Order: sequence, then C-alpha cells, then structure tokens
Amino acid sequence: MSKGGAVAGLTERAGDRLFRYGVLCAGLAVVGLAAALALELASGSRLAWSEFGPAFLWSSSWNPVSERFGALPFLYGTLVSSALALAIAGPLGVGSAIFLAELAPRRISDACCFFIEILAAVPSVVLGLMGIFILVPGVRAVSPFLIEHLGFLPFFRGTPYGVGMLTAGLILSIMILPYITSISREVLLSVPRPLKEAALALGATRWETVRLVSLPYARSGILGAVFLALGRALGETMAVTMVIGNSPRISASLFDPAYTMAAVLANELAEATSDLHLHALMAIAGTLFMLTLGMNALARWMILGTPTARRRP
Amino acid sequence: MTDARLRRRKIVNGLMFSLTAACTIACLAVLFVILGYIVYHGAAALDWSFLTRLPKPVGEPGGGIANAMVGSAKIVALAAVLGVPVGVLGAVYLHEFGHNRIGFVIRYAADLLNGMPSIVIGVFAYGLIVLPMKRFSALAGSAALAVIMIPIVLRSTEEFLRLVPASLREAGLALGVPRWKVILLVVIPSAWGGILTGILLAVSRIAGESAPLIFTAFGNRFWDNGWLNPMSALPLTIYTYAISPYEDWHRQAWAAAMVLVLVVLAGNVLARLLMRGGRGASNA
Amino acid sequence: MSDERTYSILEARGLSAGYGSGDAIRNVNMHFYDKRITAIIGPSGCGKSTLIRCLNRMHEEIPGTQVRGVVALSERNIFHMDPVRLRRQVGMVFQRPNPFPTMSIFRNVAAGLILNGLRGERSLAEVVETSLRQAALFDEVKDKLDQPALNLSGGQQQRLCIARALAVEPKVLLLDEPCSALDPIATAKIEELLLQLKDQLTIVMVTHNMQQAARVSDWTGFMLMGELVEFGRTDEIFTTPRDPRTQDYITGRFG
Repeated sequence: MSKGGAVAGLTERAGDRLFRYGVLCAGLAVVGLAAALALELASGSRLAWSEFGPAFLWSSSWNPVSERFGALPFLYGTLVSSALALAIAGPLGVGSAIFLAELAPRRISDACCFFIEILAAVPSVVLGLMGIFILVPGVRAVSPFLIEHLGFLPFFRGTPYGVGMLTAGLILSIMILPYITSISREVLLSVPRPLKEAALALGATRWETVRLVSLPYARSGILGAVFLALGRALGETMAVTMVIGNSPRISASLFDPAYTMAAVLANELAEATSDLHLHALMAIAGTLFMLTLGMNALARWMILGTPTARRRP
Repeated sequence: MTDARLRRRKIVNGLMFSLTAACTIACLAVLFVILGYIVYHGAAALDWSFLTRLPKPVGEPGGGIANAMVGSAKIVALAAVLGVPVGVLGAVYLHEFGHNRIGFVIRYAADLLNGMPSIVIGVFAYGLIVLPMKRFSALAGSAALAVIMIPIVLRSTEEFLRLVPASLREAGLALGVPRWKVILLVVIPSAWGGILTGILLAVSRIAGESAPLIFTAFGNRFWDNGWLNPMSALPLTIYTYAISPYEDWHRQAWAAAMVLVLVVLAGNVLARLLMRGGRGASNA
Repeated sequence: MSDERTYSILEARGLSAGYGSGDAIRNVNMHFYDKRITAIIGPSGCGKSTLIRCLNRMHEEIPGTQVRGVVALSERNIFHMDPVRLRRQVGMVFQRPNPFPTMSIFRNVAAGLILNGLRGERSLAEVVETSLRQAALFDEVKDKLDQPALNLSGGQQQRLCIARALAVEPKVLLLDEPCSALDPIATAKIEELLLQLKDQLTIVMVTHNMQQAARVSDWTGFMLMGELVEFGRTDEIFTTPRDPRTQDYITGRFG
C-alpha cells in the first residue's frame, strides 16, 4: 500500500500543480493582452512621435494629403463633447439617483433602476441612428432660437447644421446617464441609516438630510461615478461619429461640426494608406488609451475613497 | 416667524424632490422614446423577406440582412469561443490562488481592458491581425470582441465563485479528493448558473459593438467567404445604412436596428432576471 | 493510561497551532484509540475545532495557520503524508450539513468514489446502499436516490454527509460539532448512529454538549484556552475529574 500510495500521491500533487499552472496561464493571458495592447499602440505610432514630437498633441493641422498631422482638433472635440455630456448628464443623473435612493419606495426604485440599466445596454450604433434622425433635426430646429437669444455668447453663434458638438454632447449624455445614475444610487444607498436618522431626529426635512448628511458622505463616490462616466464618454465612438460632423476644426460654437479621437479612428483607419498616416492614427489611439487610463484611475481612486468600497475585500 | 421658516423649509423640501423625480422621469422617458421610435420605424420595414434575403445592389430598393445576421452570429460565437475559456479559467485562478501579487496584476490588467474604449481594442486587433495578414477578416473582428469580453466574464465569474460556500470545498477535500478535481467538479458546477449568466451578459454586450468591427470584420454585402475574409455584421450594416444618402437604406437601418435591439435587450434582460433570481436563492 | 483491548491509531504529540499571532492550541498530547469514540469538549473558543481540523490537515484550508508538533496516524507523521491520501483515511463531517447542491442523493454518497475515480470490485450502487445503511438513512431515501440532496431535512442531510464520508472507507472519522445545527430528534438519531459505527472505525467528535459526550464517547478530552486540561475515560472524567477546572466545567460553573 505504501509504495502505491506514494506514487499515487505524487501524481495527484502533479495534477494540482498542472491545474494551477493551467489557470495561471489564463490569468496571465489577460495581463499579456493588456501589455500587448500598450506595446502595439506604442510601436505602431513611433513614426508619428518621431516625426512630430510631443507637438503632435498641440498641433492643429490634420492633412493626410500633405502628411501634416496634429491631434489637437480631436483632443479638443473629445474633451469638449465629453464635458458637455457631463454638464447635461451629471445633474440629471445625480438628481435621479437622489430620488431613487432617498425618496422612492424600494420597489419602484429597483424597477426604475432596472430600466435605466437597460438604457445602458442599447447599442451605440442604434443611439447614433436615433441621433441622426431625431436629435439632428431637433437641434437644427431649436438652434435659430438659441442663436437669436444667446448669440452674444461665443458658444451660440454660426450656422445651425444640426450635426456638431452640441448634438454629440447630447447623445453622449444619453449614453453616460445610466452609469452616473446607477452608481450614484448605489453610493447613496450605502450611506449608513443611523446617520440619516440622526439628522431626521433633529427635525431636518428629508431634503436637508440629503444635503447635510447623504451628499457630503457620498460625495467622493458620486464624483467617482462621474469620472467613470467621463472615461466612457471619451472613448465612445459610433453614436458620436454619426452626429458630430467629422470636421477637424476648432471652433467655440457648439453648433459647428467637430471631430473626436474615436471618430477619426473609425473613419480613417481602414483607409489609411501611408505609413505616417497610420502611425498618426495609432498615436491618437495611444493618446486615447492614456486619457482613459488616467480617467479610470482617478475614478477608482475616488470610489475607493468611499466607505462603501473600503468594506469590500 | 418659526412657522414661516418651517413652511419655507417644507416648500424647499417638496420642490427639490419634485425636481429629482423629474430627473428620473426624464431618464426613463429617454429610454421609452428610443424604444418606441425604434419599434415604430422598425416594425414598418420589417418582414420575413428582410430577414432572409441578401442586400440588393447599391441604389436598388429592397433586399435584406440575412448575411449580416449570420455574420454577427458567427463573429460573436467565435469571440465567445476565444474569450470565455480565458475569462472563466482566469477567474478560477483569481479565486483559488489569486490572493497574491500575481492576482493583483491580473485584476489590474482586467480592469484596464474593461475600461478601454472598444475602438482602441479594435485598433489593437487591426495592428495585431489585419496589418500583418494584409486583409480584413472576421477572425480579427472576433479577436477584438473576445478581448472586450474577457474582462467582463472574468469579473462576473470571480464574483459568482465567491458565492460558493467554503464548506463545499472543504467537504470535497475531506473526502480525499485532489484540489483540482474539487474545483472542477464541485465548486465550478455550483456556480455554473451564475457563470453562464455573466457570459450571456457579455455576449449581449459584444453583439451590439460596431466600433471595433469597422476596420477588422469590415463588412460584406454578400455571404462571407470564411473566417479569413471580410464578414458582415448587424451593427456594421446599421452604421453603413444610417449614414448613407438613400431613403430606402434608412428604412432598412431602422428595421435592422429593431432586430439588433431585440436580440441585445432580450439577452441583457434575461441575464439580469436570472442573476436576480440566482442571487436571491443563494442568499436565502 | 491506556485501553487494554485496543491500541492508539491516531496520536497528537506536542501539537500547537495558531493563526498568525498567538496559538489557538498549545502542546496537546492525546491518543485516539482504534474503534472507540473520543469526545473533545470545552467552552467555545477553547481550540477544539482547531485541534480536530489538524487531525486531517483541514486547517490548511484556513490561510495563515501554522502548526508545530506531530500527528501520527499508525505511527506515520501525517504532515509528511500527501494530504489527499491522508484524508481518504481520515474523513471529516462538519458543523453544518454540506451536501453538494448540484448532485443527487446517490451521487453525493458516491462523490468520493466518483471524484477520485476509485472503483473497487463492488459496484457504485452497492457502496451507496451500504454507506446509506451504515448512516441509518437508506430506508428514508431509497425511493428518491435521484432527487437533489438539498430536498432532505437538515438531520437527513447530516446523515447523508456521514454516509458520504463512510463511502470512501476511512479508518478514522472526525466530526466537528455534527449536531449543533440540528434539532434534538435528529441529534438523537446521529448519536445512535455513532454508537453503531464504533464497531467499524475510530470516531473523534468535537462537541460543546457535555451530555452528548457523556452519552456517546468512551474517552473524553477537556480543553480550555488552547490547552488539553484533562484526558481520560469518559466515566472517570464525568464522575471523578482530577483537575478542578474540569470539575468546574462539568458542574456548569462556566462555559
């Protein structure tokens, strides 16, 4: 028995080791993919960086014919459209999160949340389709009114084409609204009940409790949700490509067509013929990579700062 | 004096909550307007022949999306075949052995991939597969979708493995069963429902992706010629038709969008309902 | 002190174990005699669960556990054995019934054999029936062997877990407070079952129920704050304890 046992014991331990190495390979494949992604973007863009240097980031010409490439119009378009989306979806999302977490009965709140998360599942290209056929005509219809009454601001001048920065910001806000709402709601729901009850017992109204207890407590978590949503907005492609007008110009007016980093990749990568053009596009993808990485790191850092996340292992 | 003050506080209270309720209603309204609009426009253009025919030549009215539906199914299926094993087994590593530095790095990499815009993943597949092979291919599209899918499957699988009680693992080990058999034959089967749900959610997510397919699978107006050639996909068809100048293609874009939304939302809702049921049962 | 009609099959020598800082058990020396029931009693937190887990190395499942000393099974140090081989000879039943939820009653009992790929000359059905009979469960479940194990009551589930452990034919069966989650009737059935099983294998049982120890066991060890205070024949421990702390505990002064 002892002999057979020893041999069997050895093979069993070998089985365990084999299994551990097997699943480790799968785990390391994930790391390998992430590393390969970074490497690919770096090596695929080296011509652009060596040709233009860091000035690539703040040069504003983009001309595939004369082979002059600068990322500024796309950087500008990406940041402004995302900021615009945030300005619209932020208050709306946090507002509904407050309603869903603090006022609505739990069952209604859960049902609403279910629907709002469904909104997040609608494919980007479908929202783009909606954008082309609803938002674009809509913006075209209301912009003369805005130009007439708010034309003294530089943001509301120019020709109302319908496609442009404002439309892109609107469609982006629809896309990030579910993220902001559902994460903020989670954060607000995690505010300890005794804290709220203490405020209510002092005679505070529900709104005062929200303002004085819940919101300060949940502030960094909500900010984290907003940054997470911003990370999504920066890389959102299809819907934006379909309504932003795709013109690499920098204009203060929200009615003018613009361009984003993701959109230029979608439009030009398949047709890039020269090496430099290809490398310039890869450099844009790399910039987008870094931007998203930074934004997500910021968001995670903020969400981790809340007591909710700290409790998790 | 205090009465007036109290009244004012109550008014503010009511006002703020009406405002936040209005926000919620606005969010929901957006969803229902979108769904309603798609059904309104899509149903009008949708019929049997649309689902079973190939696209007609440019400019000619009529035609269908049969090749796009089949293409989408094939691309997504291959993506799942490539991505699911990596995601599930990686999660097994994280759950069983990943409480160390390697586990931390894997989680970090998964979060990085999860947060990356899908277009960047597409660029990755383009550089890795399309450029060296010098051709657009369904394979490259599937690879891109697989990379998108892996971190989603990984994280949801890990979550569900964590719900398996430690006592089951102990029961298996106490019977003198080797650890790897306990994991494969006791732990994973116990979490199988949840793992499948996570996979369903990930599949319904990638089925709607178009950005990474533009310069990988590329699209095709005919039946595909295998994995190493361009292949059509539903989201690509919607994109092409939507930005085209033809009235008839717009009509078809709506119908195709309705099909896509139906499939994606059905998968998503089903997964959510299953997950809710599963969580409830395991909590009870 | 020994049992003249039998021998010590399992023995702890200078056994200490702890989690990170501080030892949960200190310098335990104890014999477990073949085909006898040994009970380990003591107040909660005294280390009795840690001790019993060390006897088939299940303590290794709790990260950060450290062990010093020796546990010998038939004079072989178990810490030098392959844990998988060891656990086939020293089985364990836990505090809460833990049948495999994805398996039927039949497959639960056969699990150890199926998962190990062990096939003797006896057929699976035979082994399952024998084990269920040994666990006094066969008559209650013989018509629903294909049903999920979770359909059984708590007491039946625990007997199923005992049957599952018996199916791999261990020499020693460890039970970690097997009745603490059960009602008095289910508890009585398990106690009766343990007395029947005594003819076939060695049983070590942790319990916080002194009456249970007195009713069932041949030998009893009393633990307090990580130390084995007293170990002896059950009737002696309960009638003429030598240590005043044992006296205090069994007369109910604390614990």
